[in-house]
Amino acid sequence: MLKRLLNEIGAYFLLLGKTLRKPQKSSVFGKLFMREIYDLGVNSFGLVLFTSTFVGAVVAIQMFNNFSASSFPIPNSFIGYATKVVLILEFAPTIISVILAGKVGSYIASSIGTMRVTEQIDALDIMGVNSPNFLILPKILASVIFNPLLIAISIVFGIWGGYLAGIATGSWSKADYITGIQMYMPQHFIWYAFFKTAGFAFLIATIPAYFGFNVKGGSLEVGRASTQAVVWTIVAIIIMNLILTQMFLS
Amino acid sequence: MIEVKNLRKSFGDVEVLKGITTTFETGKANLIIGQSGSGKTVFLKSLLNVYLPTEGEILFDGKDINKMSREEKQILRSEIGTVFQGSALFDSMTVEENITFPLDMFTNLTFREKKRRVFDVIGRVHLEKSNRKFPSEISGGMQKRVAIARAIVNNPKYLFCDEPNSGLDPYTANIIDDLLLEITKEYNTTTIINSHDMNSVMTIGEKIVYLRLGIKEWEGDKNLLINAGNKNLIDFVYSSELFKELREYFLETNKTSIINVTTKPLSNEEKS
Repeated sequence: MLKRLLNEIGAYFLLLGKTLRKPQKSSVFGKLFMREIYDLGVNSFGLVLFTSTFVGAVVAIQMFNNFSASSFPIPNSFIGYATKVVLILEFAPTIISVILAGKVGSYIASSIGTMRVTEQIDALDIMGVNSPNFLILPKILASVIFNPLLIAISIVFGIWGGYLAGIATGSWSKADYITGIQMYMPQHFIWYAFFKTAGFAFLIATIPAYFGFNVKGGSLEVGRASTQAVVWTIVAIIIMNLILTQMFLS
Repeated sequence: MIEVKNLRKSFGDVEVLKGITTTFETGKANLIIGQSGSGKTVFLKSLLNVYLPTEGEILFDGKDINKMSREEKQILRSEIGTVFQGSALFDSMTVEENITFPLDMFTNLTFREKKRRVFDVIGRVHLEKSNRKFPSEISGGMQKRVAIARAIVNNPKYLFCDEPNSGLDPYTANIIDDLLLEITKEYNTTTIINSHDMNSVMTIGEKIVYLRLGIKEWEGDKNLLINAGNKNLIDFVYSSELFKELREYFLETNKTSIINVTTKPLSNEEKS
């Protein structure tokens, strides 16, 4: 079991070694990169906006309930502050990345896996194309560049969701909430969120690509690889989250 | 010309290719035939350097592919066109984009030059009306023709085809055979075709290599096939009742080939 895991990790890094090279033809790479920006990033906008708005609202309501139940009085403005910090530090980078691992990860694993079982990757190799570099590098760059933008949007919409929850429930005033979100927060929280997101984006692009690239068999195996890819990407994100939190925030 | 010298390939303890020596000549349609499990695909993939041989040499115009530098291999690969069994077209690209792909990757041609060359080969395989369709929107025979067009667009010196007729009806299979033979002559390529289709063997087999259990049991051309002294080969090639009767007819009438007996040239209308 452990030997197999180490073998897989080794194979993953070998694949990365072939992937992280200069593209063979920059004009072709540019086209692929733009397509991946659309497929992996732009196509995820709707999901990110929807999830962030609703979870932002839920976080704000939970904060209100917890603060109300506190034995000492906490001003309502702290609902805005707490919602903002929770969204920036954890919800937006981690939870949205986990959601993207499901959406984008399964797309990457199944698209590359299908290419493998239909001999499209063999065709690339035989033509003399570095197939990992050709297929995976645009996905890595698109994810690492675009996911922080998605996370920034997620933070904004999450905070807005909290604001809307206040209006809808009438539990806290708009002014309190806005005062809260304007409260001072260390700047490195923002950098930490973006750095973490870029790390997660790398995992989201590479782990499913590894599973897709190594599919053997037919469509059933592509489905299995896709599921495994999502599971292992989420596991890797959670472990990386712990490590990065310990490194940057403790 | 491709020369294969004492090619051996093992997977673990299992030896799949057991010392194959043969030559594939330029400007000829060279067919590799044999039953399932005879090592045809491993042989083809070894020629393409997908599998590294355990022993032996594969010489492309005198140079051993396994001793070439990465740059030399890169150049050689750009001179190879491959048609896969399942066509292996890029399903996210249109027919035209699929055919343009090798030019985009390996040449510095201008947009106009690329278009001209792509439309030349699209015309060559009679797919003028399908250039904007995706592979999933065209038939299996058309996909094979797109794969052939993609394989020849860069004027390859070597053309490899793995079961180009598999899954096709006899009529379409004939069209593909004719096309491959025409391309071989026109572009003077060294064409190597892995085939199960006895009709292809009888019509375009200018050089036939018969593999059995990883051993080259026989080689020759389609005219020698009828009188080949190898029982396994005869049993394999003439396994169907039709071909058995055809062989008897040939032997009685002293004919050696079915060319011009079962096929006739297609008119342009039929081809389109």
